[in-house]
Amino acid sequence: MIGMDEKLSFFKNGVRLDGRRPDELRPIKIEVGVLARADGSCYMEMGDNKVIAAVYGPREVHPRHLQEATRAIVRYRYNMASFSVEERKRPGPDRRSNEVSKVSREALEPVILTSYFPKSVVDVFVEVLQADAGTRTAGINAASVALADAGIPMKSLISSCAAGKVDGEIVLDPMKIEDNLGEADVPIAMTPNGDITLLQMDGRLTPEEFRKALTMAKAGCEQIYEIQRKVLVDRYSSMDEPESCDEVEGLSEEEI
Amino acid sequence: MSDVVMAEIRKDYLYHLVLKGERADGRAFDEYREIVLETGPIRKADGSALVKLGKTQVIVGVKIQPGEPFSDTPNKGVIITNAELVPLASPSFEPGPPNEVGIELARVVDRGVRESGAIDLESLCITPGEKVWIVFIDVHVLDDCGNLMDASSLGAIAALMTATIPAQQYGLGEDYPLPVKDVPVATTAVEFGDAIIFDPDTDEESVADTKLTVITTADGSVCGMQKSGPGFISQDHIYRIVDIACERAKEIREKFLEV
Repeated sequence: MIGMDEKLSFFKNGVRLDGRRPDELRPIKIEVGVLARADGSCYMEMGDNKVIAAVYGPREVHPRHLQEATRAIVRYRYNMASFSVEERKRPGPDRRSNEVSKVSREALEPVILTSYFPKSVVDVFVEVLQADAGTRTAGINAASVALADAGIPMKSLISSCAAGKVDGEIVLDPMKIEDNLGEADVPIAMTPNGDITLLQMDGRLTPEEFRKALTMAKAGCEQIYEIQRKVLVDRYSSMDEPESCDEVEGLSEEEI
Repeated sequence: MSDVVMAEIRKDYLYHLVLKGERADGRAFDEYREIVLETGPIRKADGSALVKLGKTQVIVGVKIQPGEPFSDTPNKGVIITNAELVPLASPSFEPGPPNEVGIELARVVDRGVRESGAIDLESLCITPGEKVWIVFIDVHVLDDCGNLMDASSLGAIAALMTATIPAQQYGLGEDYPLPVKDVPVATTAVEFGDAIIFDPDTDEESVADTKLTVITTADGSVCGMQKSGPGFISQDHIYRIVDIACERAKEIREKFLEV
């Protein structure tokens, strides 16, 4: 894409600029129940990405004509904070965030048991506080945990990450510089069974390279699933009684 | 409510037809509807194409005009893709700014053109940092009978391949053809149970909850993909779709887009 002629080297002795192996994820940090007002919430870091997801519902649908007689509708709003990227982003939805919202909703909807809640809505809000390539996948991971935290009945969790191609090599979970100067990006999301619910691709790959990227991204999702699961088990196995609003800890400053 | 019931009956019928190995219009699972491509129907545009994919009709107009480059790519031209799902094209389209379906359509068409490198953006630079050619690709859906992604993508590349840079009009020398270096073709499939069917019509789209669009380049690489719709898709099916997509795209490219 851009800057091909600069010929930056992305590998030194087989490791990437940040010291990762080609098939290694960035460090992940997940916290559940970080917002007091939301029915479910999750704060997540994937490398330098920092996202927060909140779930409200099932609740009444406004405007009412959006109601579905036989199931709940799911709404997903992906929003980037204006300070989340190098150059200030104009606040509010744009075409990219509209598309990301759509595919992210479609990544989660298949596992949500919407038929349990006719005429209602499950609202998912994802705010990107800091972006470093992979915000849609981080958002989906956080939203999936937040849905579980809200007690929304689901068939399973959804885990999401991307694979890319840099310097001719397929790598897992590209960071910003790899994404910008790389040759392809394949974000996916899947259930723990391996059913894929998000698949996008841009760049250029041979069919063989695509297969390798998809396999690598699936392996990444499996690792993320284990972390998501552990965070939820840890939180709910140790909880004796439901917490009241003011006992829920907010985000500390260093987390943001 | 009666609408919901009717739709379910229709869906059930189509689904079971496919399980028996048939489609309502008699096509094979990997067979496209008849494609009719007409380039240059709009003389006032710098490039244009009318695509008929079965009964689906899409018109794509390309306008090229000088403008300012983005500050982070001062020596590159700009591509701007837009799609209008005008209310004349379907009872479910409503007037107003593009909704997410329209935005997704435009962005997938854009992805094919951009990621394939079909247009060499650096060749569109007039004065670095000041003036470059801006290529507007406007997709105008006329009749939505299914698979707008493939029809619009085909219209876009066909319009670009026949586009002229209107240099004379702006006092920038002689007019010349827009250089196009690759020919991306989008191919879309849906799954019904274990069956995969290509080029779905509107009924088939409404039965299957999920589509996969694969965009391939002239050398057989994949340059864009989009899963669309709230459903699952298995790795095995993805691979099968990519393989067949490469073949169908090659046929479409050879038949309609030979330079």
